[in-house]
Amino acid sequence: MLTFLVRRLASMALVVALVSVLGFILIELPPGSALDTKIAQLRQSGGEISQEQINALEDLYGLRDPVHVKFTKWITRAVTGDFGHSFTMDMPVSKLIWSRLGFSIGLSVFALCISWGISIPLGVFSATHRHTLPDYVIQIMQFLGVAIPQFLFALVLLVFSASVLGQEVGTLFSREYQNAPWSLAKGLDFLSHVWIPVVVLIAGGTASLTRIMRANLLDVLGQQYVQTARSKGLHETRVIWRHAVRNALHPLVMALGTTLPTLISGEVVISIVLNLPTTGPLYIRALIQKDMYLGVTFLIMLSMLLIVGNLIADLLLAWVDPRVRLDES
Amino acid sequence: MVTTAAARATEFDEQRGAEISQWGLIWRRFARNRLSVWAGYVLVAMYATALFAPFIAPYAADHIDTNHSYAPPTRVRFIDGWPAVCALSQDLDPFLLKWQYADDCSQARPIEVLVRGDTYVLFGLVRTNLHLFGVTEGPPMAGASALEVHATPTPARGAASSDPLAAFRIQQSESIAPKVEQIRNAPRLYLFGADQQGRDVLSRILEGSRVSLTVGLVGVFLSLTIGSVMGATSGYVGGSWDNVIQRVIEVIRSVPTLPLWAAIAAALPRTTTVVQRYFLITVVLSLVGWTSLARELRGKVMAYRTLDYIAAARLAGCSDLRIILSHMLPNAASHIIVVATLAVPHSILGETTLSFLGLGMLPPAVSWGVLLKDAQQLDSILIHPWMLIPAIPVVLTVAAYFLLGDGLRDAVDPYSS
Repeated sequence: MLTFLVRRLASMALVVALVSVLGFILIELPPGSALDTKIAQLRQSGGEISQEQINALEDLYGLRDPVHVKFTKWITRAVTGDFGHSFTMDMPVSKLIWSRLGFSIGLSVFALCISWGISIPLGVFSATHRHTLPDYVIQIMQFLGVAIPQFLFALVLLVFSASVLGQEVGTLFSREYQNAPWSLAKGLDFLSHVWIPVVVLIAGGTASLTRIMRANLLDVLGQQYVQTARSKGLHETRVIWRHAVRNALHPLVMALGTTLPTLISGEVVISIVLNLPTTGPLYIRALIQKDMYLGVTFLIMLSMLLIVGNLIADLLLAWVDPRVRLDES
Repeated sequence: MVTTAAARATEFDEQRGAEISQWGLIWRRFARNRLSVWAGYVLVAMYATALFAPFIAPYAADHIDTNHSYAPPTRVRFIDGWPAVCALSQDLDPFLLKWQYADDCSQARPIEVLVRGDTYVLFGLVRTNLHLFGVTEGPPMAGASALEVHATPTPARGAASSDPLAAFRIQQSESIAPKVEQIRNAPRLYLFGADQQGRDVLSRILEGSRVSLTVGLVGVFLSLTIGSVMGATSGYVGGSWDNVIQRVIEVIRSVPTLPLWAAIAAALPRTTTVVQRYFLITVVLSLVGWTSLARELRGKVMAYRTLDYIAAARLAGCSDLRIILSHMLPNAASHIIVVATLAVPHSILGETTLSFLGLGMLPPAVSWGVLLKDAQQLDSILIHPWMLIPAIPVVLTVAAYFLLGDGLRDAVDPYSS
């Protein structure tokens, strides 16, 4: 187990390093920077800016260095927690990202847990009641869950809660609680706002996980040891929950590798629609306005989220399935 | 003559029933899955519609009519037993500063089949102005005057009846508001309503289907090409080449899909033509999409590599290229088709989402995502709910592709029940 862990950690470090190089180059690629916009603004407000001043500004932010120099400068500071300066927000990137990342991670993990909680019993029910009306209903819901783009579902829920429930929507807090300290009232207010993104995220995750659970359980139910368990005279619930479901679970853990990117992508999109204080809106704005350090930090942080998630999935899998452990070591 | 030949062929087929080809078996199993077959029909119909989009659409997608900004979906009436539409007259609400529309049935015109309208070029060859249906300008219909009496002005959606100031407003506008002269428009056909610039949403959906439906196909075709080459070679050659490709795939897959797409799309130059942008977007989609296909194919090829028939081919002196191309790939073909079919809806969703965020196709290009971008603001949807209609074809297409792919997957698996 220890060698397995060490090997996974080493390869993870390599991937993180490669991802940050890739991300940096990608975001550096487009010509121009947020500084150009800033200079244009300064000019518009009447200030006369000479070429020397522009050069000085560019030197200050290191904009005229070649890419690899910029990267080295940035990465050496990044490992100490200084991710550079956001041009558009005019403050250090590190001040901007943490609370937003916190909300993103919280939302994704929360949605993932609930998706698992729903999809396991739903998948079991669907597999054990094959070709019945509830099974068909569950399957249709799955298709809809996968086929409806998440931003659209978020929009529809937004319209629903605004027009039918008469709620003030968008963001995570009502205006009066925006800067208030946490209290019971603020918590309730938070819950009345947070349900939309949570429901949208759960819908996508649950749809695919239920599908996997159903297919796996159907596979397992066809195997001979299940027949043996039945012929021993075990109660059907015991056969299913003790014998079959336990063996149908590990593909669900493996599916984490495909569920997580969907969750993170979904979270980015719907937070733009709902204007949530998470990574999504700021990331896309940073990309459009070429605020490179902000963009690259978000991209790498979101990747880290995925990489760590995959590591946890691998460890979980090694824990529940001894074959994986033995294979690797 | 032809029918007899066909009849003989079926007879022949039945005689050698035991000799159905692999593809024949797959087709048989697929045809039994009614839902998937119907999904296939739906997709064929949608692509056919996209092909003839400018002919089916009543107007050109960029036909601007500022007198019909946010006109609601036109009500189709029957006058003299013939479907017809009334004109919309405009009143400026002096307090909301918004156009209010009212039906003006003195100007009714019939909906005609095969009418002359906006000019377009079909298939890039035929320049014509023939549309499947539409409303032309001309003298009002004779039977319309009878209907006018019953016609009630439709209240604009913005001024809800729950508005506490409504009574006040009406009073005010009657007493002191300057009488704004009513604008009388010629009737236009907006089955799905109009957008801010008075462009027909239906025509725009039809036009947008051309981009949205094909971007997935072209994107998947590209990923298929890259994925097949990478996957087959890395599985076949193995060693350090395999290692390098696997690391590349791992790095790409370590970045969440949408943020990666967005980052690449943001790096694209923004001053390109529509066609260039279209191909750049397909490249963006396939740069991420090829990885999953390459992984699956690598697994297949590695499994085949140890099989006897490959060893036999090698002993017979086949080159590596020939072994991959004519022995391994055909064997994996059914699998590749399934994976590709299931990848198309993801590409379609990708384009729609990117365009919705303003990073994919950009106006003046029309795609479903571009249309949905106009429906981004909540207050806009609440007042103009028809702006969300482009979502319906997106969901329909994606669901149909998933159903089709599902049916294909079951069909190619010889062990499925």
